[in-house]
Amino acid sequence: MVANLGYGALVITLLVSLYGIGAAYYGARRNKHAWVASARNATLLTFPLITVSALSIIYLLVTNDYQVDYVASVTSNSMPAYLKVTALWGGQPGSLVFWSWLMAAFASAVTLRKWDRDQEFLPWVVIVTLGTLGFFVALNVFFENPFLRLWQTTSGGITSAMLQPAGSAPYVPLDGSGLNPLLRHPGMIIHPPMLYLGFVSFVIPYAFAIAALVTGRTDDRWIRITRRWTLVAWLFLSLGLLLGGRWAYDVLGWGGYWGWDPVEIAAFMPWLTGTAFLHSVMIQEKRGMLKHWNMILIILTFELVIFGTFLTRSGVLSSVHAFAQSAIGPAFFAFMGLTFIVSLSLLLKRWNDLKAKNQMHSMLSREALFLLNNLLFMGILVVCFWGVIFPLISEIFTGQKVTVGPPFYERATGPLFAGLLLLMGVAPLAAWRYSSAKTLGRAIWKPFIVSLVVVVIVLIGGTRHWAALLGFWLSAFVVSVTLYEFWRGAMARRRRSGESLPVALWRLLGRNRRRYGGYIIHLGVVLMAIGIIGIEVFQTETQGTISRGEQISLGNYTVSFDSLSVFDTPDGRNVARAVMSVERNGRKVGELYPRRDYYYESQQPMTIPGVRSTWEDDFYILLVDWQPISSAGATFKIYHNPLVNWLWLGGFVFILGTLVAAWPDRDPQKHKVSASSKSYATAKA
Amino acid sequence: MMSSNRISKILPIVILLVGLLASLIAVNAVQAQGEQPGGPTDDEVNAIAKQLYCPVCENIPLDVCPTQACAQWRELIREKLVAGWSEDEIKTYFVAQYGDRVLAQPPASGLNWLVYIIPPLAIIGGIYILYRAWRGWKQPPEDEIDEEQPVEAAADDYVARIEDELRKR
Repeated sequence: MVANLGYGALVITLLVSLYGIGAAYYGARRNKHAWVASARNATLLTFPLITVSALSIIYLLVTNDYQVDYVASVTSNSMPAYLKVTALWGGQPGSLVFWSWLMAAFASAVTLRKWDRDQEFLPWVVIVTLGTLGFFVALNVFFENPFLRLWQTTSGGITSAMLQPAGSAPYVPLDGSGLNPLLRHPGMIIHPPMLYLGFVSFVIPYAFAIAALVTGRTDDRWIRITRRWTLVAWLFLSLGLLLGGRWAYDVLGWGGYWGWDPVEIAAFMPWLTGTAFLHSVMIQEKRGMLKHWNMILIILTFELVIFGTFLTRSGVLSSVHAFAQSAIGPAFFAFMGLTFIVSLSLLLKRWNDLKAKNQMHSMLSREALFLLNNLLFMGILVVCFWGVIFPLISEIFTGQKVTVGPPFYERATGPLFAGLLLLMGVAPLAAWRYSSAKTLGRAIWKPFIVSLVVVVIVLIGGTRHWAALLGFWLSAFVVSVTLYEFWRGAMARRRRSGESLPVALWRLLGRNRRRYGGYIIHLGVVLMAIGIIGIEVFQTETQGTISRGEQISLGNYTVSFDSLSVFDTPDGRNVARAVMSVERNGRKVGELYPRRDYYYESQQPMTIPGVRSTWEDDFYILLVDWQPISSAGATFKIYHNPLVNWLWLGGFVFILGTLVAAWPDRDPQKHKVSASSKSYATAKA
Repeated sequence: MMSSNRISKILPIVILLVGLLASLIAVNAVQAQGEQPGGPTDDEVNAIAKQLYCPVCENIPLDVCPTQACAQWRELIREKLVAGWSEDEIKTYFVAQYGDRVLAQPPASGLNWLVYIIPPLAIIGGIYILYRAWRGWKQPPEDEIDEEQPVEAAADDYVARIEDELRKR
């Protein structure tokens, strides 16, 4: 009954989406506002409809209705209720419904805005958002139905179908297979929703861009409307990537946070184009330039969002993330191809209308440096895209699959990331329109000297690795420039208004959140860079098999194997847990408990490291193997990860900066009214 | 006899080499102390396994792959090391057995050249486009360039604006 309700809601959503697209198109072409209004209502209707469908799945999951195939494959009796709810996005069909749910929420939210000045955009925004939503819902309706039920045929075989096949009987397993253990980590519970939120919210700026192309409104209105949407999309995507990194560090047991896995890269690619877009739209806003380029960037971002979902969901590149394979690949390809061709055709049609009135004057102007920043982002994108698809090309043409792994990406992107850090230091000091080497040099020399002092200190401290020294110099340079910018702004306020420094800083931040939020993001990136340099350059590791009482040393650390216990838990795990004493420079600093959890239901092991975290380093122990009978000997893999926690702190600062930049401004209308009434009151007084 | 001038030239090189040696010794000291005496250490096995990818589960380096099959492949590396094989011989053996996919990046031969050529070409193409655009840029009119004006004031439109507002009061 509930399954039928959920599936029915999906089918109706698809029909409503198709109707909305048709009504919006007809209304726009014939200039009939009633039809456009009807399409808008259709968009608003999709959200409650998909909510019914999503809640139906959650209900089936929580009540252990194992006759539903999806429920049997992602939950089990022993799973806690909160995990049963999150199992909504633990498998292919459910995660597609979840994607549609978020898409419907965003599409509804955007149609609820005031459209007074932008009525002509409305039908086209409806068409793009409902088109995307309709595509994902169609995937569920035709290929990945989460409501299929299990039936036992007369021959004894088990089949899944929506309606009862003739002669069959309902089949209800006593227990389900349970959620993949790797997906039970808190980071992994939140990571997919964040990533999906990032993905779906990028559809909104794309929809406005297409609306601008169709209507021929070539000013920067579409950018101004979607500025905050873009920042929100970027915020969620960044958060999703960060949580994914933390999840990998905590549960994948390789001592790292990023393995250049194709599916990680799939989520990273729209982030790259999105970041380039966030920078280059400023040139359009300030100077009315790069209109073509901004269109290309947002189209690329949208296509990469779909491509990313396709890679994750189609199983075309099997990797640790691609848990399921399905037949949705061709459909995805067709959708990507269609949207790409339509978008490019519209862009070409408007090419002449989008020509800039201004032009660049100087290679050192802010806009020229932003352009260079875009070039570097595009360079990283090409490396990533090519690295991901090359194994497929090789397989098609030579029949042999190859691996394109971290050494390729690290060597190819390293110099580009270093270039981005350098630009992050130089660009904030360059003036818009025109900067000469002289003016720029005058602004830069103080932070430059500070950064050199930092490098000398690091050098005296004993660091000799050239890449690390370069990285630390760049980091110090960006921090100096950024803090210098805050200082200059706050001091200017202080001089003029007599405010105290903290008040001046606070008001400075409040008055130009986008700019100073951006600077906070830069500081976050630098902290992350320090963590990345620490783990990439200075990570050491060792592995050894030792008996109880024996020790393994790594750098200043020595660990002793005290004991090992193996036991079952009520939630269906068999746990092997070691107790290790950790000494640093001969002084005991604590105990760590690396363990291996074996999940009976899914027959999968999971390695949980024992980690001692400080700002200086992480000492990270993995239990690799042990003697099952005597518990006498065990194999441990140990990593020493210097500075890695600066990566997570940097991530936090990064998100904080994005929140500052995206925080809504006060309503300008209200502000104007209150300001004028105040001045009226003052005048009266 | 070597002249003192010559010694002073060579001395920094000697010091550098000794320093390098000392740092290598320090790195080598970072090793597990629990292995069986005589045989290759886990670290020696992992140093090779790290450069190879699991032949069955994609995109997982052999040194960290948790499957039983990978544990057996690591043992195979150990056996080959005991038999006196070099690192390159072991890698070649794995490639011969399981194909190029076991290498962390494709060998630079045949079609695989494309993997290394396309990204630099694309970036050079991007630089060329920027260069072409740059050649078309014009200097702003002379009266708009103020070399003496501190860049801060020009860059910081916000500060300029607040200063402007405060001046009006």
